[in-house]
Amino acid sequence: MTDLNKNYQLICGLEVHAELKTKSKMFCGCKNDPFNAPKPNIYTCPVCLGMPGALPVPNKKAIEWTIKLGLALNCKINLFSKFDRKHYFYPDLPKGYQISQYDIPFCYEGYLDTSEGRVGITRIHLEEDTGKLLHKTIDGKKVSLVDFNRGGVPLVEVVTEPDIKTATQAAEYGRKLRDIIRYLDIGNCDMQEGGMRLEANLSLSEDGSLPDYKVELKNINSFKFMEQAIAFEIKRQTKLLNTSKTPIQETRGWDTKKQQSFSQRTKETAEDYRYFPDPDIPPFQFTKEQIEEWRKELPMLPEQIINEWKAKFNVEKRYSKLLISNHQATSLLELVFIAAPKNNIIPNDIAKEIVNKNIKFNKNLDSEKIINSYQKLHQTDSIDLDVLKQAIDEILTANSDAITKYKNGKTQVIGFLLGQVAQKLQQKLDMRQVRSELIKALKN
Amino acid sequence: MLNKLTLKQTIDQLDNKKITLEDIWADVLNAIKNQNDKLNVYLALNKNFKPQLNKPLKGLPIAVKDNFCTKGLITTASSLLLKDFMPQFESTVTQKLKDAGGEIVGKTNMDAWAHGSSTETSQYGRTLNPRNLEHLPGGSSGGSAAAVAADMCIASLGSETAGSVRQPAAWCGVVGLKPTYGRTSRYGVVAMASSTDSPGPITKTVEDAAILLNHISGPDPLNATSTKKESPDFTQSLDKSIKNLKIGIIYHNLPGLEKIWELFEPQLEVFKKLGAQVELANAMDPKHAIGVYTVVQRSEVSSNLARFDDVRYQYGRDTFGNEAKKRIMLGTHTLSKGYADQYYNLAQQVRTLLIKDYEKLFKKYDVLISLTSPGFAKKIGASEGEAMFGELEDKLVEVSSLSGMPGISIPCYRDEKTNLYLGMNIMAPMWREDLVIQMADAFEKNTHWNSWRNND
Repeated sequence: MTDLNKNYQLICGLEVHAELKTKSKMFCGCKNDPFNAPKPNIYTCPVCLGMPGALPVPNKKAIEWTIKLGLALNCKINLFSKFDRKHYFYPDLPKGYQISQYDIPFCYEGYLDTSEGRVGITRIHLEEDTGKLLHKTIDGKKVSLVDFNRGGVPLVEVVTEPDIKTATQAAEYGRKLRDIIRYLDIGNCDMQEGGMRLEANLSLSEDGSLPDYKVELKNINSFKFMEQAIAFEIKRQTKLLNTSKTPIQETRGWDTKKQQSFSQRTKETAEDYRYFPDPDIPPFQFTKEQIEEWRKELPMLPEQIINEWKAKFNVEKRYSKLLISNHQATSLLELVFIAAPKNNIIPNDIAKEIVNKNIKFNKNLDSEKIINSYQKLHQTDSIDLDVLKQAIDEILTANSDAITKYKNGKTQVIGFLLGQVAQKLQQKLDMRQVRSELIKALKN
Repeated sequence: MLNKLTLKQTIDQLDNKKITLEDIWADVLNAIKNQNDKLNVYLALNKNFKPQLNKPLKGLPIAVKDNFCTKGLITTASSLLLKDFMPQFESTVTQKLKDAGGEIVGKTNMDAWAHGSSTETSQYGRTLNPRNLEHLPGGSSGGSAAAVAADMCIASLGSETAGSVRQPAAWCGVVGLKPTYGRTSRYGVVAMASSTDSPGPITKTVEDAAILLNHISGPDPLNATSTKKESPDFTQSLDKSIKNLKIGIIYHNLPGLEKIWELFEPQLEVFKKLGAQVELANAMDPKHAIGVYTVVQRSEVSSNLARFDDVRYQYGRDTFGNEAKKRIMLGTHTLSKGYADQYYNLAQQVRTLLIKDYEKLFKKYDVLISLTSPGFAKKIGASEGEAMFGELEDKLVEVSSLSGMPGISIPCYRDEKTNLYLGMNIMAPMWREDLVIQMADAFEKNTHWNSWRNND
């Protein structure tokens, strides 16, 4: 067999499911809180159990939120839309069909920018989540149990174009999407609990054109694993292609222990879901005004906040990027940054401190407490100005070459000199004061 | 013999304290005891009732088709699969009936899953027509129509997808009102074809139908396709002049209906006498409606029945009768990839044409009138081996079902030899049950065909 040893381009699209945190379920009044339910099957009713004659009534909030997510992802909105029935048999699907959206999703043709390029969003649609199967052994007997607490929870699906070119870009896209959903305050996106689920469709191409096979990576519950799985697949598929084999069209999972993907099932025939418009739910007609109204209600999104913090408070992007992943903290941080200068603190310093010390926020914190504790931490001994000036003079005398360097534009020697002064004085110094005095002295 | 009273008569006589509720119930239960073994009308009975004389329906015994979920009364939709299904919730319509003081006396036999127009597809045996035991009561609400005809209740509820209220009402010589789609809630009614299912009253008189419709209709937050508007008082349409109203008579020249038309046409004279304008009008051939209805209905059936299996209901899909199996297979095909455009989507387009055809006619006429069914009640066994039995029997009412428009069937002729009836189908535009009731009431009160009235 010839070893072609070629390089291939990853062609990858993501399908991300995220549960919306509406108070009630998608098509009934049941509580939407499956992960905190004290017992199985308690948040259920005739509608989400699919009893005979029970009918779905769509949750308006979930529809509004889906459209808002679309607007945040630069999507176009279908002013006319509808729900369809998607038929398949599975014990966690009580009606024998899932209410979903087929040919007219609420949102389409959007994008999300990553540091490695733009990722096109094909569509965003709304559907209902399924129940959960539990396979257990009870009294020595293997049984399968169904919990419908999750059945009928609103679920958005965000589908991208095959624009993703690297494993890291896939992970970045996923994290950004999660941040946006959290910022809109429409979903918790807890990966461990299945509140956000990732699927990647990927193949390798020689020339960038769409190959004639596709591998689906499914049931992956972290961005890190997604990145690892895609990286693994690139290697695996490259090996196959270089031995003139086409990878099989199949669904694969990720084994976190073995650090490799494994085949879950191969699709022999295309599934036919027999979609048709759900006759139980009248179609929707939105107005442009309604959509614009919702657009106005959008909160600031991560990207905007990062830019604004840079402009308003001169907080470095590398810090704000890390700070905003906890969306509840952003409004608090904003207050901290506003209060900081009044307390002679540079906002960027406090941002850096929070990042470096990995400080977690809780409900009891307010901006005053944060400023106070920062000050306490950075409290300096008051120093007699003459003592300081004298110490500086002594250091400069001992390091005359440093003065020359400084005057030749090598300003980084300041750091060295600051260290020398601090060592000499053996006190908790206000380094800004030391720095300004040092520069004054250097310039003389 | 208080069971022979109409709903209106029982309400009035209870108000006047001429009779007691206990006596009415005793006579109704007695009629059931004497006739149910023979007629096979009821699948489940409720003999406990609470007098509710301060409520409009007083605690009177009302029969309910077995596809309405009723808390505490087994609901089978005449299928074996739901043999032991005890609903944990109440359908909106029966809840409204109960709130108004109606008591469910029993659940009536029907075509299994409402698939049919004969009750012969019931998995609990066919119901017989009380007017002539050699004949069928029609269907799918055959049990409810028979219960009324045999005075085994004071009034009843049925549901219509296409003809399932009006056709059995015609065959049993009673009144059947199909409301506008959305006027009565579908919540808790075992779904057949979701886009046309309409619960409606089957009663002794038009007046009774108006009273019952008042109590079971209106908005339902549990049904997204139900009306947002409150219902008017439909009894206000009773005893009203029909002078100058315009009537279009349709389906008057269909091949094969010549003999029936000869019996039907003279009945229209009374409208002229009452001052209405009667004209022959031409509607699109109903054969197109059969195709459209068959495809739409089978598609929706295949989807609506997907939820039933032995994981949840103990009895599995192998217990479906032949009719249900045929409909599931056909509907699965018409929704399949590559075929949906040819069948389901095309059918929906033709449906729009049929609706437009009726809308055009309603620009000219206040109501449209036709025969309800192409003939008298058929003999028992007639549906067997007839794959399209229901569609052929219901073709004259299918367009109004597909379009959602209201219609009523009232007795308009009785054959003395067989004691069988013909039904007159009066249809009006969406939300105009008032016109349907006004016209039907005028006919009923000025002719002698209603067996509970003595107009001669």
